[in-house]
Amino acid sequence: MIWPYLTHLLILIGIYVILTVSLNLALGYTGLLNLGHVAFFGIGAYTSALLTKAGVPFLLAFIIAGIFASIFGYLLVLATRKLKGDYLALATLGFSFVIYSLMLNWTGLTRGPLGIPGIEKPSFFGLTISSTYSYLIFVAVICILSVFVIYRIVKSPFGRLLEATRDDEMGLRVLGKNTFKLKYKAMMISAFFAGIAGSLFAHYITYIDPSYFTIPEIILLLSIVIVGGIASIKGSIVSTFVILLIPEALRFLALSSSILGPARQVIYAMILLGILLLRPRGIFGRVDLE
Amino acid sequence: MTLKIKSIHKNFGGIKALDKCSLEIKKGKITAIIGPNGSGKTTLFNVISNIIKKDKGKTYFDGKDIARLEDFQISRLGISRTFQEVRLFRNLMIKDHLEIALSDSDEKLMQNLFKKKKYDVKKIKGILNLVGLNKSLDTFATDLSYGQRKLLDLAVAIAKPHTLLLLDEPVAGVNPMLRKDIKKILRELNKRGETILLIEHDMNFVMDLAEQIFVMDYGRIIAEGKPKAIQNNPKVLEAYLGD
Repeated sequence: MIWPYLTHLLILIGIYVILTVSLNLALGYTGLLNLGHVAFFGIGAYTSALLTKAGVPFLLAFIIAGIFASIFGYLLVLATRKLKGDYLALATLGFSFVIYSLMLNWTGLTRGPLGIPGIEKPSFFGLTISSTYSYLIFVAVICILSVFVIYRIVKSPFGRLLEATRDDEMGLRVLGKNTFKLKYKAMMISAFFAGIAGSLFAHYITYIDPSYFTIPEIILLLSIVIVGGIASIKGSIVSTFVILLIPEALRFLALSSSILGPARQVIYAMILLGILLLRPRGIFGRVDLE
Repeated sequence: MTLKIKSIHKNFGGIKALDKCSLEIKKGKITAIIGPNGSGKTTLFNVISNIIKKDKGKTYFDGKDIARLEDFQISRLGISRTFQEVRLFRNLMIKDHLEIALSDSDEKLMQNLFKKKKYDVKKIKGILNLVGLNKSLDTFATDLSYGQRKLLDLAVAIAKPHTLLLLDEPVAGVNPMLRKDIKKILRELNKRGETILLIEHDMNFVMDLAEQIFVMDYGRIIAEGKPKAIQNNPKVLEAYLGD
């Protein structure tokens, strides 16, 4: 009884690790205060769901989901290239709303609030990932690969430039570095992984609608990254476990569902406030974000 | 000739920050720009680096028109600079700063994806010795004192491959001992053939170091010449002391 439940939680944690580590690449390492990450997640989920419904093989749809999200990542950086800090945050939040509105109102494509049901389970090379256990292995493999690639990027000389962009963009430009290129590359990579996380999510729960890609989701992702620590991959991973598992304890209390939902939000807010007061850099953070 | 500026105009609203500003910087010399606060010195530096777009005029570097280039492209041509306020990467270590300045291939993602950060320790230590910054290479920029940050800032500008060094107030807020040291460093760089253009308010420092001085007031070059001639120029005295 407990194992399917735990497996389900671990699958969600795997998907959220990809999401938060990739968000940390843009936000923590590159300093792009991006509130549009959930939109990339949604773009990936819808792209993969719609493509597989149209008969495209899962593996191809999975990759296209990432590529499509990363194209939007490029366009977002291009449109906001003159913005920084709070202004960039507002602009990227606006981007999230635009994508959400498209999901909700482009009913001919997305079926709007009715969502897309019956998304097939992944199958490739004659193998169908139908059980939750096999899905967990699939998610774990993708998650480890994603984290490894992002880890290699941030530890490389290229990653050092991303951190320099975060700390002083002008200072880096006068050293002859094209920071616009650095920023869009970071955002494209970040969006790519959010896109494939969206694909994993859609094919796991087999039904998506726009309500999965809204403001509370942005707050959840930001909370995880901030609690774990800005520019810390380890922090994002640990924090994903902590923040996704703590509210699960509420399930074992005899609370009605009308209390359960708000209680989760209260817990997230309390964790975030507690961390900001006691450890402003997060659990493993070493960087202050201006 | 290294740098030639012809009739540069720059207005901020109704204020003329640069007004028909022209000058020429000779190769291998230390040249200084002086002038009262708000006379347009830093604006001129920012126009040269294209951090601020000028309204009119021409800028040539080694005979090439650099007006349409972006700031990072101008830097790649060989203009290295510092700012009035020290600009460092506060969460990076000393060795990272210098390696970023030295490297020209770190922007390529695929080429660097599976590479570890490498440091040319010999070269880095050589530059730090030159500026006299004796700190561990693993020290973070935030852990340095103001004077040490000023030296690191200078070290980074020197490390970046360049043919012209622009220094905006290199000894501002620095104690007299360090001023002497920085003067020595700049002399040493000049001996090695460096072309240096600097802005400075410390007259003793400028008069002692510069071979050629330009004086600015209200966005215009009001005088130019050797230090001695500048010291006795009535226009300069008027700009600094008033009527």
